Amino acid sequence: MAENIVTVSDATFDEEVGASQTPVVVDFWAEWCGPCKMIAPVLEEIADAKKGALKVAKLNVDDNPRTAQRFQVMSIPTLLLFKDGEPASRIVGARSKSQILSEFEPHLG
Amino acid sequence: MEAGSARRVVILGSGPAGLTAAIYTARADLEPLVIEGEPSSTSDQPGGQLMLTTEVENFPGFPGAIMGPQLMMSMREQAEKFGAEIVTRKATRVDLSSRPIGIWTGEPTAPEPDIRTEALIISTGARSLMLGLENEARLLGYGVSTCATCDGFFFRDKKIVVVGGGDSALEEALFLTKFGESVTVVHRRKQLRASKIMQDRAFKNDKVDFVWDSVVTDVLGSEKVSGVVLQNVVTGEETTMAADGLFVAIGHAPNTTLFAGQLEMDENGYLKTTGGTGTGVAGVFACGDVQDHVYRQAVTAAGSGCMAAIDTERYLASVE
Repeated sequence: MAENIVTVSDATFDEEVGASQTPVVVDFWAEWCGPCKMIAPVLEEIADAKKGALKVAKLNVDDNPRTAQRFQVMSIPTLLLFKDGEPASRIVGARSKSQILSEFEPHLG
Repeated sequence: MEAGSARRVVILGSGPAGLTAAIYTARADLEPLVIEGEPSSTSDQPGGQLMLTTEVENFPGFPGAIMGPQLMMSMREQAEKFGAEIVTRKATRVDLSSRPIGIWTGEPTAPEPDIRTEALIISTGARSLMLGLENEARLLGYGVSTCATCDGFFFRDKKIVVVGGGDSALEEALFLTKFGESVTVVHRRKQLRASKIMQDRAFKNDKVDFVWDSVVTDVLGSEKVSGVVLQNVVTGEETTMAADGLFVAIGHAPNTTLFAGQLEMDENGYLKTTGGTGTGVAGVFACGDVQDHVYRQAVTAAGSGCMAAIDTERYLASVE
């Protein structure tokens, strides 16, 4: 895993995402999901490029069903952007780097 | 990649056809560049349609079955091992009339292509069709799914509807029985198109039932899917059925808009090939589902990818 990506769980979500000062994009993923594997390197690139302005987190829905349910994630990959602890933008399904950035960038300080 | 210098061969797409062509052309020292496409949740994506599947039971050499994404990762690794270069970009424009052939991966309106190549292998595949309903798009990710293997997990003990009557529809339906309380297959005819083995499995499964001669005309639900509207195509009668999930597997369309006006296609947009994998334009070859709406198997795609590689080798030798 890339050094600029944090792994979050049901237990650490509120602390890592809810209380974060910087916006956080959470990647809801699972091992069995092909498209999730395809966007993993894209997210690593985004984490490196946006370091300081955007935190990138991964949440395994298989191990952490509560958080997935709480945000009504019913399809993966889902990318949820949290600003001040609240969901601000959502991407369902795999996308290219430029599509992800153009969706999320307007929400970044 | 150096700007200005032309590649020997560029391959568009990275499903079984494209990666097999990459393995063969790499082993022939043609240093192929594979433009694999960009991530998406349909079949128009790196790795192709197998990235959205689970167990592949009919690819020769794997008696214990292999996971679709794993098979594609292995093919990719094999291509890279022999020197194929793979880039995660999408071709936005091609000029097949110039020599070398021009390929754009950025702004299609740019005056010059960013990649030039002596030969081109087209293996852009086919993508899954959606129903095309407004509420289907609105509820995508909220009960409407394009990937059963990705999302089945979220429908534990739920009512699931699968639309379609081919092998993909029944594969999805059977896979979804692991999670759902019930799986209803809605098909517009009275008979399935699927293979005998899949039909037998589906008919035998207690969780699977069928609604015949019917189409889905609307998806209901405000925050998430709560039901579908079905229309019987024989009687015209409309009924509402409660459902939590909708999975669509009604067929495929080829990814050929890039070649409109430049290559010959059939009435459904599939590329026409003659004399092996030739497209009618010198140095341009096509393989896999982009030119095959009949067989559409991983192994036939791989086979035609090998053919395209050999055709390319012979073409390049002939113009040297």
